Amino acid sequence: MALPSYASPVQRTYYYAYLFFCSVVFFFLVAPLIAIVPISFSVSPFMVFTDGMLSWPPDPDAWSLRWYQNMIGNCSADVVSSTVPCSHKWMTGTVNSFFIGLTATFIATTLGTIAALGLSRPHMPYKGLIMAILISPMIVPLIITAAGMFFFYARINLVYTFTGVILAHVALATPFVVITVTATLVGFDMNMVKASQSLGARPVRTFFKVIMPLILPGIISGALFAFITSFDEVVIVMFMASLDQLTIPKQMWAGIRQEISPVILCMATCLVALSIFLLTTVELLRRRSERLRGIKSR
Amino acid sequence: MEVPISTAELLTTDGVPLKQSLKKAERKNKIRAFLLVFPLLLFIIVTFVMPIGDMLLRSVDDTQINTVFPNTFSEFKKWDKEKDELPPEEVYKALFEELAYGDKIQVGRALTRMNYSKSGWKSLIKNTSRAIKKAVKKNEFPDSYKDFLISANDKWADPTFWYAMGQMVNYQTPIYYYNAIDMTYDQNQNVIRQEENRRVYVQTWIKTLKVSVYVTFFCLVLGFPVAHLLANLPLRYSNLLMIFVLLPFWTSLLVRTTAWIVMLQQQGVINGILVWLGILNDDGRLSMVYNETGTLIAMTQILLPFMILPLYSVMRVIPKSHMRAAQNLGAKPATAFWKVYLPQTIPGMSAGGLLVFVLAIGYFITPELVGGKDGKLIGSWIAYHLKTTLNWGLCAALGAILLGVMLVFYWLYNKIVGIDNIKLG
Repeated sequence: MALPSYASPVQRTYYYAYLFFCSVVFFFLVAPLIAIVPISFSVSPFMVFTDGMLSWPPDPDAWSLRWYQNMIGNCSADVVSSTVPCSHKWMTGTVNSFFIGLTATFIATTLGTIAALGLSRPHMPYKGLIMAILISPMIVPLIITAAGMFFFYARINLVYTFTGVILAHVALATPFVVITVTATLVGFDMNMVKASQSLGARPVRTFFKVIMPLILPGIISGALFAFITSFDEVVIVMFMASLDQLTIPKQMWAGIRQEISPVILCMATCLVALSIFLLTTVELLRRRSERLRGIKSR
Repeated sequence: MEVPISTAELLTTDGVPLKQSLKKAERKNKIRAFLLVFPLLLFIIVTFVMPIGDMLLRSVDDTQINTVFPNTFSEFKKWDKEKDELPPEEVYKALFEELAYGDKIQVGRALTRMNYSKSGWKSLIKNTSRAIKKAVKKNEFPDSYKDFLISANDKWADPTFWYAMGQMVNYQTPIYYYNAIDMTYDQNQNVIRQEENRRVYVQTWIKTLKVSVYVTFFCLVLGFPVAHLLANLPLRYSNLLMIFVLLPFWTSLLVRTTAWIVMLQQQGVINGILVWLGILNDDGRLSMVYNETGTLIAMTQILLPFMILPLYSVMRVIPKSHMRAAQNLGAKPATAFWKVYLPQTIPGMSAGGLLVFVLAIGYFITPELVGGKDGKLIGSWIAYHLKTTLNWGLCAALGAILLGVMLVFYWLYNKIVGIDNIKLG
């Protein structure tokens, strides 16, 4: 979208102002995420750029890995600071987060994929209504969901249990699976199912040998969405989880609320790295899916 | 020669009319499709729809107190308020018995409920039931329960307490909804506004709407040029720049909120840069966080991808030739943009705008963390009543109102964009 050579000076000015504005917005979008990375390597317990970090030549004493060591639960004397508590909570949280996230992802992906197969059949009755119900957990604000689930699960003694948290996360994550898998099935050629069945394959075999390989990219991106939903979820966890179900977001919330600990930034840096990884994977899968389904890249 | 047209129905090989047979096959297909969806549908209904329904019921529910004082309330309903200033002896007797033999925990819960309709109930019932229990222990049953209660606490002769009881005698109550918009009952059961110093919700509702409108507006202003740039660059570059939009989209909400605290605080990055550049002096650092400014900045950045992505997908398919054609016909670039390009982006703007608005209205984490005291939105109150005051009726009513507002906007969204057109990434 380069400027034509006959553009007037006024047009030129507008054009460069527009480019400048866009770069400011891009900066606004990512700057906060990038700024926290160097601060997480600071030696200071305050979440700021210290003078030592900004000096030139770099001052090695201003940088350290002490908060990262604190995060992984290494509380030796050279690491601990009087103001920052050191415990295994971050690691416990990581283990719990992965456990809850992976379990919820597995259930959500299974249920969501099967439902998406039904929803994309031409004969599906009441499709609009059912779709609206299925994606409602994504639409209702989390705080309302949390309140409703807290009341309801308290009656059946599921509050403060892993089961309760996982069930809640599955409900929140399935809409993402349903949406991505349904989108993948849009270009799906149903004749392949007929071909497979006419060659004698039973429905289950048809699914695993014919349908699944073709829609796998969609299933995996749905699963990744589901995972990140559960992994990042904090509102439900705040109300429905006790200390036994401590997850990373819950611990971060406590970290911001009570202790303002620099360890949060270390975890934040790790999470940014994780999101870059997930983002790349989903993008690659999307392209692969479009290639597989023969949709020409736009 | 004329071929006779058969008037008989077409039959399949096994003798069933074709129409019927096709219908049967179609029904079978329908059932099969439904069976695939059924497990998830059931799951969502049990784990999600029922809890929300439960919450809606709870927002009008007044059953608990009615199970504690059933006789008192049924006697109370017989009281003719025109004739007698105070309720008849039977009401006092029923109350005496129900306080004497009632379950302590249940009575305690009921007391909390009674205090919502009038403060002073809790202490009144507490010291009355102490007197009653003492009397029951000594096996001294009074001749006049009315006199006994009034001598135990003279507030029982105060009709305003009895009037307040009238709010609780039914199994359903609208009181929580009234409270959620700063209304309450007066002594004569009329709905009036809360006292000046107890009005908090209306202003919070207004603030929530205001913040959502501002955030939507900022997102539109910031998102429009960016989406335009992304849509018009060659794919190679736009895919690269798209990372700037998708990275925040994929990053944990708490990480982004933390990052904004780091950026905006007094000793934070932005103040640091401004001081270093000499724009501010060291004492004049801006306070941008723990107030409404912080909420606005952080929420705009967090929700911006939700504006850019729908706008982008609409702008991508607008043919570039339209602008050129308009200019060819003599329109100035500004006119061509205003008259030709902008109208075609309206679906994208409305989709993005509604999405951002609806998400912003229910936001809780970010305002709670960076909003400080005056930046809190309605979500914070819901959490506060859920976790701290345990006033679950009010919590449910606030949630129900918020849900209603959301549903109106989603209905609009569905009309304009279609709910199954939501795309991710």
